[in-house]
Amino acid sequence: MTAYLLRRLLYAVPILIGVNLLTFALFFLVNTPDDMARLHLGVKRVTPEAVQKWKAERGYDKPLLFNAGAAGLAKVSDTIFFRHSLAMFAFRFGASDDGRDIAGEIKTRMWPSLAIALPTFVIGLAVDISVALILLFFRRTYVEWTGVVALVAMMSVSSLFYIIGGQYLFAKVWQLAPISGYQDGFNAARFVWLPILIGVVGGIGAGARWYRTLFLEEAGKDYVRTARAKGLSEARVLFRHILKNGMVPILTGAVAVFPLLFMGSLIMESFFGIPGLGSYTIDAINAQDFAIVRAMVFLGAVLYIAGLILTDVSYTLVDPRVRLR
Amino acid sequence: MRPVFFCLLVFVLSACSGPMNDPYPKSEDGKAILYSAFDEPPKHLDPARSYASNEVVYLAQIYEPPLQYHYFKRPYELIPLTASALPRPVYVDADGRPLGADAPAERIAESVYEIHIRPGIYFQPHAAFAGKRELTAADYVYEVKRLAHPGLHSPIFGLMSDYIVGLRELGTELERAAKTSRGWLDMRRYPLAGAQVVDRYTYRIRVKGKYPQFVYWLAMAFFAPMPWEVDAWASRPEAVADNRTLDTWPVGTGPYMMTEHRYNRRIRLARNPNFRGEAYPDAGAAGDAAAGLLADAGKTMPFIDEAVYTKESESIPYWNKFLQGWYDSSGIGSDNFDQAVRVGAGGESELTPAMRAKGIALKTSVATTSFYTGFNMLDPVVGGLDERHRKLRQALAIAVDIEEYIAIFANGRGIPAQGPLPPGLFGYRDGAAGINPVVYDWVAGKPRRKPIAEARRLLAEAGYPDGRDAATGKPLVLNLDTMARGPDDKARLDWLRKQFRKLDIELVVRGTDYNRFQDKMREGTEQIFEWGWNADYPDPENFLFLLYGPNRKVGAGGENATNYVNPEFDRLFVQMKDMDNGPARQAVIDRMVAMLRQDSPWLFGFHPKDYVLHHAWLKNVKPNQMANNGLKYRRIDVAARATARKAWNRPHWAGPVLAVLVLAVALVPAWLAYRKRQEARAR
Amino acid sequence: MPVLLWTDALIFLLVAGLAGFAYLVRRHPHLAVPWRRVAADPLAMAAAVVLLCFTAVAVLDSLHYRPALPPGPNGEAQYAAEVNSVLDRALAVLVEHQEKSYSAPFATRLFAKEAISLPDGRTVRDYPRLAWGGAHLADPDRGRAGDIAGKAGLGLALGLAAWLPAAWLVRRRLAAGGARRAVLATLLAVCLVAGVLAVLAPYYHVFGTDKVGQDVLYATIKSIRTGVLIGALTTLVTLPLAIGLGVSAGYFGGRVDDAVQYLYTTLNSIPGVLLIAAAVLLMQAQLETHPDWFETGAERADLRLLFLCLILGMTNWTGLARLLRAETLKVRELDYVIAARAFGVSDGRILTRHILPNVQHIVLISVVMDFSGLVLAEAVLSYVGVGVDPGMMSFGNMINGARLELAREPVVWWQLVAAFLFMFVLVLAANLFADSVRDALDPRTRSRT
Repeated sequence: MTAYLLRRLLYAVPILIGVNLLTFALFFLVNTPDDMARLHLGVKRVTPEAVQKWKAERGYDKPLLFNAGAAGLAKVSDTIFFRHSLAMFAFRFGASDDGRDIAGEIKTRMWPSLAIALPTFVIGLAVDISVALILLFFRRTYVEWTGVVALVAMMSVSSLFYIIGGQYLFAKVWQLAPISGYQDGFNAARFVWLPILIGVVGGIGAGARWYRTLFLEEAGKDYVRTARAKGLSEARVLFRHILKNGMVPILTGAVAVFPLLFMGSLIMESFFGIPGLGSYTIDAINAQDFAIVRAMVFLGAVLYIAGLILTDVSYTLVDPRVRLR
Repeated sequence: MRPVFFCLLVFVLSACSGPMNDPYPKSEDGKAILYSAFDEPPKHLDPARSYASNEVVYLAQIYEPPLQYHYFKRPYELIPLTASALPRPVYVDADGRPLGADAPAERIAESVYEIHIRPGIYFQPHAAFAGKRELTAADYVYEVKRLAHPGLHSPIFGLMSDYIVGLRELGTELERAAKTSRGWLDMRRYPLAGAQVVDRYTYRIRVKGKYPQFVYWLAMAFFAPMPWEVDAWASRPEAVADNRTLDTWPVGTGPYMMTEHRYNRRIRLARNPNFRGEAYPDAGAAGDAAAGLLADAGKTMPFIDEAVYTKESESIPYWNKFLQGWYDSSGIGSDNFDQAVRVGAGGESELTPAMRAKGIALKTSVATTSFYTGFNMLDPVVGGLDERHRKLRQALAIAVDIEEYIAIFANGRGIPAQGPLPPGLFGYRDGAAGINPVVYDWVAGKPRRKPIAEARRLLAEAGYPDGRDAATGKPLVLNLDTMARGPDDKARLDWLRKQFRKLDIELVVRGTDYNRFQDKMREGTEQIFEWGWNADYPDPENFLFLLYGPNRKVGAGGENATNYVNPEFDRLFVQMKDMDNGPARQAVIDRMVAMLRQDSPWLFGFHPKDYVLHHAWLKNVKPNQMANNGLKYRRIDVAARATARKAWNRPHWAGPVLAVLVLAVALVPAWLAYRKRQEARAR
Repeated sequence: MPVLLWTDALIFLLVAGLAGFAYLVRRHPHLAVPWRRVAADPLAMAAAVVLLCFTAVAVLDSLHYRPALPPGPNGEAQYAAEVNSVLDRALAVLVEHQEKSYSAPFATRLFAKEAISLPDGRTVRDYPRLAWGGAHLADPDRGRAGDIAGKAGLGLALGLAAWLPAAWLVRRRLAAGGARRAVLATLLAVCLVAGVLAVLAPYYHVFGTDKVGQDVLYATIKSIRTGVLIGALTTLVTLPLAIGLGVSAGYFGGRVDDAVQYLYTTLNSIPGVLLIAAAVLLMQAQLETHPDWFETGAERADLRLLFLCLILGMTNWTGLARLLRAETLKVRELDYVIAARAFGVSDGRILTRHILPNVQHIVLISVVMDFSGLVLAEAVLSYVGVGVDPGMMSFGNMINGARLELAREPVVWWQLVAAFLFMFVLVLAANLFADSVRDALDPRTRSRT
């Protein structure tokens, strides 16, 4: 087990290097350091000397990948790539282009993101599974048929409509929640319940449908038929057998996305003014803050890989037959 | 699951009494706190480098330069803030001999400003100070030197080093010093000939030549005082790591001090306990007294205890929260305009009954801003000063119907520009004498845009009859370079295309991001672009320099974005900028403006009118285009605000309850089906 | 002068490909079996009819040309710089009927009051009459309802008249059953809606007008092409990559497998929106530096759309490649493939003869399943600011613009509702059809029921 985990972790290194190289190439092709300098120095009265100075201060005046002018190891290490990209492996994200510590920002902004993403995820999971079970329970009745069509209809609505409509109705017309904003601690409940509600409702269509197919697959298996043939009640079959066995792929799937919850939701957060990592990322895209976007990409990749590893581990926990070698 | 969720909801509701949508903590109830918002976080709060309008909002409350604008008087008038009187420049010639006030500009080698500040002014409490720290002249001198600091990239360093004696040399010296020592550069160790302490409360600034506009700079935060202790304190590595640099935490003598700065989330200013107290003005422009603006005359400012600025990235939430009473004042977006304002038959604006019922008040003022559409004079198609190209630009100037633009996109909030100068500045001319004869006729006491036939005639003379090149027959295609790409911009760009189509010219919109746009502007590869300029100070020089040849963008990196170079104009500019306001200066300005109208390097857009709404409980509001330190004048009627908020934010339960009921009814068939199945099984 | 934009070419290619595939299916009975199941599903067939209508609009909107101008002085032909499509020509009346600003659906007056100068020199403040909407009415306040009802009736009759021959054709070609009834009913609905719109649209703004007075119905119809293109082309342009890499990874294994797996794990691990945002910014920069790539604004927007499809595809192909790899791994071990290899059949031949036909259902399922997701993604990307060209009409741009209108009072709802309706119908149809296709083609679900 330990050996396996170690191998997986080692395997993650080249992937992260690849991610790093890719984003590095993308961002330096889009945004040369000159561009960044001008963006951050402001609009009025910017001189070329000021641009040069700005670059020098942030180490953006160095060659990209290879420094021919330096000696020995410095040929490689005294470059933008080495100083700005590889440092991230130590989670040293450095400062954003406007000079603020990115790691610190991520630490404080993580919590508002989680305050929305985690409940949305957990409640969403519960609601979706319940709806899927209800549909299964009413199998081959008109309830199932209308339910499935309703689910397809719900997933055909753009997520933007859920957010726009939800915010308009609950916050503006009915005045049940603040239109936007956030406060730390217990007060957060007042701000997050609406985004959570919208997130859950918006996710029912796709989520419940997916779980329904999982359950259907399970319901088609022989042991379920046997159980039913034994005369077990429908509810018992549903909960004792189908739900229990269906939970394995559901939970392992949930584990895979779990780490990514930290990244927050881009659109929900910016609509509701939640100061989380999602709105942080959007702001960075709009402000073309190279350092932040790069850090977020790296963080996302790390969390994704963490999710993959967690999934594998959870398989062994749920199903003892699976051995990791 | 739904009942559980519903219970949670009820729990949340019961947890907070008062309006359910209150975005502020309970602890702030009943306090004299002003609530406002920002859409982009301030990037620089260091007075030596801050130049953006969203930064001065905070700086102007905290830092006190020697001068300020009178808040109520119009035209704008400089008055002392920390200085004891307005400084009068003493002119000296090349040999250092003093000259009279009316000496000719070419004989003046230097203007010397001696500024005396009032004793008994104290800085806000700060960890860097041992006790109460008094403001001294040395603090002002220290800040002037900081303009040359190599690490600060002060945006006015280039400009000021042309004027302040020795500033450029100081910059070079500091650069050398910065290379050898990392960390704090103690400005006290580097003398500057152009800024010197005379005594504890007096300092002297030496400016090269005659530069009458210099006093306006003395009312900006660039010339605010900076105590060396704070600079040293904020330069420590610990402070830098803690984001407590001067760029994030200003320290000043003003009525407010920053008590919270959560980057991109919230900024809180609170009353500075060491503030000396300033009396509310007892005079203003005509009508101010009648409007109740002088009711607090003589009382000690500031009135408000705190000001909280929250991040609000979108305009819709801001507007809705303003209507619910959570923000105290608001601008009006073009989409909210109809809801808020009715334009009377005579063109005057008044609030809608719904707004008036809420007690909301409207304040308007013409901004000292010019929006324009620029032609790149280096472009082979639209540029060039010869007759042919000039006529093309003139034709376009007639075709683009700015009046319609203002009506649709600014809801009539603006006046069509007749030249580069906005009203309120010296040199601006009103009425028939002030119209742009290239685009307008004066008909029945009003400017009227020339008919499109006139534009077509000019276009034909320019060599493009019916929008097609007379030589080749190819249709004329022009390109607009813009970084606009929001949803609102699409409508605007569609409209602009429509204008060009009037002349059968196809306008291609080349959307681009900020960096690319800046690149193009710098390289001069753009063709047509949209641009604007906000006055730094109320002097025509601040607008006309935007067309001064040596100040062009391509090659010189200046602010002349169209790269317009007309030697005659440049000659007049040099003459105009040093003149004192008077008929002679007006005559020169008239000639310059006439030249610009003929050459049309700008398609003059409009001068926007600023509309500000505020609730009845916010007192002493008067828009001021120049002064930004308005917070100290404001007063809030806290009780009235609390009552209104409560009345306006009653939750409406009927909707959600109905929704839940509908959902429940929808589940009835399912329940029936279940019952049926149970019965079937039982049987 | 006809103009062939890049996306036009691709959409024609796609239509041709679909036709070719249909021909192939008809020729080979074993391929036709699952499709017959789709054809028997009423819901799927109804969805297919709707999808076909949307596609027809998209194709019509892809036949681009530049209108001719009177010849120049040297006599050679000259063309306008503006690029139109056949659809624009058909909807010319909507383009022409431009008002000044907002007006509600079926309104005869502008949405906001304006100062109107009376003939006697006085100015009053009132809602001005629209230039086109209901302009034929003498007294708009009284005659309107009757006029609309009359025109709607006429439209219904016209729709019915158009439906009859189509119905006759359908009855002849399709076997009786639920599916045929569904097709007929859907056709009827489409014909009636189209008939009513066709009669009413020249006289009223059925969906109102937007901020600059443009007819919202026109914008909505134009958005269809963008939506369909993004949904369809994105998968198409990256199919070669996904199939090539996925299948070869599964078939060859070893180093190739490692490399492909590395590639898609790396791409997958980057958060999609960030990758797209970065790539779109890059693409914009490239377009900026190469103004010679396009002659007109339409070509520029088109190129941007194409690149957006490519970029979306880049982040999307990994999923398909992974599925294909897994399936190929299974197929590779089938007896007859092993036998073929033992007989020394070349790899290329095995791949085309044995492997590809056995994994084609995965490709098809993936294409139809991705369609709706991509249409929805376009809207989100437009919100983030990295979507299609802002000058291009698309559902995302419409929603994004309409968002601001919700803050108005009284609220301007029609643009949002129009975009919602059309987008919903398109995505719903795509989802329903995709479901049916998956049920029919996927052996897993096939065995279930």
